[in-house]
Amino acid sequence: MSALATQAAVSCRGVIKEFGSGETRVMALRGVDLETPAGEMTLLVGPSGCGKTTLISIIAGLLDPCRGEVSVLGTSLNQLRGRHLVSFRARNIGFVFQQYNLLPALTAAENAAVPLIIAGMDRPTAVKRAQAMLGELGMADRANALPAQLSGGQQQRVAIARALIHEPRLLVCDEPTAALDAHSGRIVMGLIRRIAVQPDRAVIVVTHDSRVYDFGDRIVYMSDGHIERVELNGHAHKE
Amino acid sequence: MNWIALKMLTGDRSKYLGIVFGVAFASLLMAHQVSIFCGIMRRTTSQIRDVEEASIWVMDPHLQYSEEIQPLADTDLYRIRGVEGVDWAVPFFKGLVRARKTDGSRAERGDYRQVMLLGIDDATLIGAPRTMVLGELADLKRPDTVVIDEAGFKYLWPDEPFSTGKLLEMNDRRAVVVGVCKASAPFQTMPIMYTRYSQAIQYAPTERRLLSFVLARHKPDASPAAVCDRIEEKTGLQAVSKDGFGWKTMRYYLKNTGIPVNFGITVALGFIVGVAIAGQTFYLFTIENLKQFGALKAMGVTNVSIVGMVLLQAFVVGLIGYGIGMGFAAAFFVATKNVTALSGFFLPWQVMAGTGLAVLLIVLMSSLVSIRRVLVLEPAIVFRG
Repeated sequence: MSALATQAAVSCRGVIKEFGSGETRVMALRGVDLETPAGEMTLLVGPSGCGKTTLISIIAGLLDPCRGEVSVLGTSLNQLRGRHLVSFRARNIGFVFQQYNLLPALTAAENAAVPLIIAGMDRPTAVKRAQAMLGELGMADRANALPAQLSGGQQQRVAIARALIHEPRLLVCDEPTAALDAHSGRIVMGLIRRIAVQPDRAVIVVTHDSRVYDFGDRIVYMSDGHIERVELNGHAHKE
Repeated sequence: MNWIALKMLTGDRSKYLGIVFGVAFASLLMAHQVSIFCGIMRRTTSQIRDVEEASIWVMDPHLQYSEEIQPLADTDLYRIRGVEGVDWAVPFFKGLVRARKTDGSRAERGDYRQVMLLGIDDATLIGAPRTMVLGELADLKRPDTVVIDEAGFKYLWPDEPFSTGKLLEMNDRRAVVVGVCKASAPFQTMPIMYTRYSQAIQYAPTERRLLSFVLARHKPDASPAAVCDRIEEKTGLQAVSKDGFGWKTMRYYLKNTGIPVNFGITVALGFIVGVAIAGQTFYLFTIENLKQFGALKAMGVTNVSIVGMVLLQAFVVGLIGYGIGMGFAAAFFVATKNVTALSGFFLPWQVMAGTGLAVLLIVLMSSLVSIRRVLVLEPAIVFRG
């Protein structure tokens, strides 16, 4: 077990985030403290507007907190700025988005290869690796299809392949099942659980889909900008 | 990343073609109109350029352009010949006369055309056309003879093949066409006829003075500018170099006619249409791709790379649109090469370069607005459903 597996992969201390100013000021996070270990899938759950997306954006280094400390994989994000932060994200974080955000002009394999191309790998090699990754996700026969030719569940699988292809140590997923029916949603969560959860990798999933709660090892309930309670799920779904 | 940028660009076929069309249309409009404008301006100097032997044109001191003729005294020719640095000087007649077609016995009533008559030196034939299409230039030395330009022949005798022996009547005097030549198209589309100076003043309406210009050449060891100054000093006439006379004439048309304003408006419209169509479509294209750019930024693409991607997309559509626009403009001038009304018009390289700069400006203006939107884009946008 790596050193990372024994310590918190993500650590938030007193994180506050406000948007706007004056009368239009909105307090999205009101002092969040959170620790998520590697080797687990953590679900961030709660009603719309409770601050889940803001928290995951800050953890992923896409938003700066107004106050508080955020440490990811042992690195303080408060200390990283500009290209250092971008580089940290590119190397260490994988993203799965609610709307997939696949590039419509690229095939499934090409989409999955994008993080490797960003990292500087030559295109043929990157696409070859992406094809192998899609094979692991049961998409080998659809590797050359365009996103418009894929179902929602298939597109999300491509997005998962894209998120994991560069072997990030933190995977953040934003409502990965929101655009899918219940059956497809469970398949996608099962894949994330099976492929993404590794001893040296933390997985954080934002969701308000209670039907997939059983996939998480840890469920963080949020309400009105703070963490209400954390439940350890001893019966996490194992496939 | 360049590959991804190009895939994004060409992925949305309708928008991609829309932007290319916008740039191509603007390029075509600008290049075409500026070329026609240049062609028209060039036509104002046709008769000056066609006289290749003369380096100096001497004229009335108040003359403003080549069509405004204030004849000189015959004695002025001899005064000019006497100026130091002048190698030779010859008379040159330029005027408009009415030519009537005739079969030699009976005039066809009303069948006449206004023609531009050029009278060249009897002895040397300086100022004569350089290229004969039919007949011999030496035949001009025969009495009552003229050489007509190709377009003029077609104008006077449409649907007839080029031939010699055609008869005309000018100022009640007989003229025989002894040759057909090539000549630069004049500003006004009318036939050009060459004849000897002594013959020209017979065909021209009677005036006390008929010497339109004196054509001269400087001696090899003298500078044209210095000789011009000396001619002006000694004779009180106006002497300008060949190029100088051409520019003087063009400046007159630029200043005193509505031609530049009208063409300028069209070119400006072409530019505005280019900016409007290409700019707006490109901007919309970028806006629609904001989520994708956001996802790329989230995944670790730097702002510099994103700017590079947007600029590459803009320059690619600019280059393709410019190429198509230039292609159509060039095709137009090739296709109309033999159309009399458009003869001599072409697509100058300077116009192509200028249009290229204008397209570059359109592309830059279009992409700058888009780049701004992409730069201020929060990558966290990707987490908003």
